[in-house]
Amino acid sequence: MDNAIRVRGLVVDRRGRRVLHGIDCDVPAGRVTGLLGPSGGGKTTFMRCVVGVQRVAAGEVTVLGLPAGSPVLRSRVGYVTQAPSVYPDLTARANAHYFAALQGVPTAAADAALDDVGLTDDADHLVGRMSGGEQTRVSLACALLGRPDLLVLDEPTVGLDPVLRRDLWAAFHRLAESGSTLLVSSHVMDEARRCDELVLLRDGRIVAHDSPDAIRQQTGFDDLELAFLALAESADVTTGATT
Amino acid sequence: MSVQATLATARRVLGQLRHDPRTIVLLLAVPSVLLVLFKYVFEGSPRVFDRVGLPMLGIFPFVTMFLVTSIAMVRERTSGTLERLLTTPMRKLDLLLGYALAFGVVALLQGGIAAAVALGPLGLSVEAGVGVVLTLAVLNALLGMALGLFLSAFATTEFQAVQFMPAAVVPQVLLGGLLIPRDQMADVLYWVSNVLPLSYAIDALAAARTASTITEEMTTDLAVIVGCVLAALALGAATLRRRTP
Repeated sequence: MDNAIRVRGLVVDRRGRRVLHGIDCDVPAGRVTGLLGPSGGGKTTFMRCVVGVQRVAAGEVTVLGLPAGSPVLRSRVGYVTQAPSVYPDLTARANAHYFAALQGVPTAAADAALDDVGLTDDADHLVGRMSGGEQTRVSLACALLGRPDLLVLDEPTVGLDPVLRRDLWAAFHRLAESGSTLLVSSHVMDEARRCDELVLLRDGRIVAHDSPDAIRQQTGFDDLELAFLALAESADVTTGATT
Repeated sequence: MSVQATLATARRVLGQLRHDPRTIVLLLAVPSVLLVLFKYVFEGSPRVFDRVGLPMLGIFPFVTMFLVTSIAMVRERTSGTLERLLTTPMRKLDLLLGYALAFGVVALLQGGIAAAVALGPLGLSVEAGVGVVLTLAVLNALLGMALGLFLSAFATTEFQAVQFMPAAVVPQVLLGGLLIPRDQMADVLYWVSNVLPLSYAIDALAAARTASTITEEMTTDLAVIVGCVLAALALGAATLRRRTP
């Protein structure tokens, strides 16, 4: 299979406001695709559609060859929300063991996932007493442990120190090399260069979708932040948007 | 359903409680303390405590499990863990049964301690046997849990969830025959009390005091309570949506 995610004509309205305006997008399998763009641009809504928890107004989302949200996909897709969705009144290990039981994987896989996110020593601390970055990592471990074919990560590196951020991105690429597909959102342009593919989402529309190098060439800017600014401005001209 | 997911959920809910010893002590000790209080407030008219004591053994688990579940579910909804659970292979029924199992265990402990205090030092008597009282305590806990689960869907904050308690519970206690027998109330109130599930629990517990065997009426009461638990669980399950706006 070439594409892990195939999106056609996706329209989403939330609270009476149009959030996604007819998105078409293919996310290649076995690669790390970055979903970049400003806050409020529709990144989270797009990811929710891929996971199948978002009610959509129109369009089609196919994930691993099946309609998004199909029951079979629940053991093949891992989703990490922006806020750490784990239980603060349990230890990191108890959280991981619980999600392992729900995924039907052995507890050893849960412990290995805690190692992957660098939480070996603190695994028996209560999540509620951990720092924000540590809580994010617990949440991430709970998604990694099922070794999903598709990992959807919503801003997984917010509030993490640079060393850990680098390590996590290395882990993302290892997962991709082992065959998983990753869709990672970020509003930090610095992370864009770590992705194999970039999707720039702005005001509910895709402004660009290419590899970092192709985007640099196309715009003539070496700095991806400047490249995105150029792309966003030219998109404003073509759609007539005033922002 | 998956036994593994259900058991894991029950273990997880009890694990969360275990990290909160103050709540455990309050859950287990407060009913007994209140029973003692009741006994001595009505020392001058001991028949009141005789009549009210047993039904209270059913009301405590109902109230506490209603509160605990509605708050726990609001937390699951607002923290995003519920959405996460629904993206895993777990079925909604596994989640509900997991909660029911965990709170059923707590209710059994709570009811056991309260019954031991009531039947021992406080001198209440049950002709129908302590098993009936404990069964009703657990069923009432499940009823409170199921109603709390359902109503939590209408609360967006924990503050709101707490306010549902007096709204949903106090009328049932007032009309359920605890203060005055239901057939002595005005007709309208009597009719209303007939559709409130707690009335049947109070009836059954009141009957357990004097009936030496399990009567047909008690069986009907039990069946009504079980039916209400299932109906409330079904309504609660309907509020767990995988896809949200």
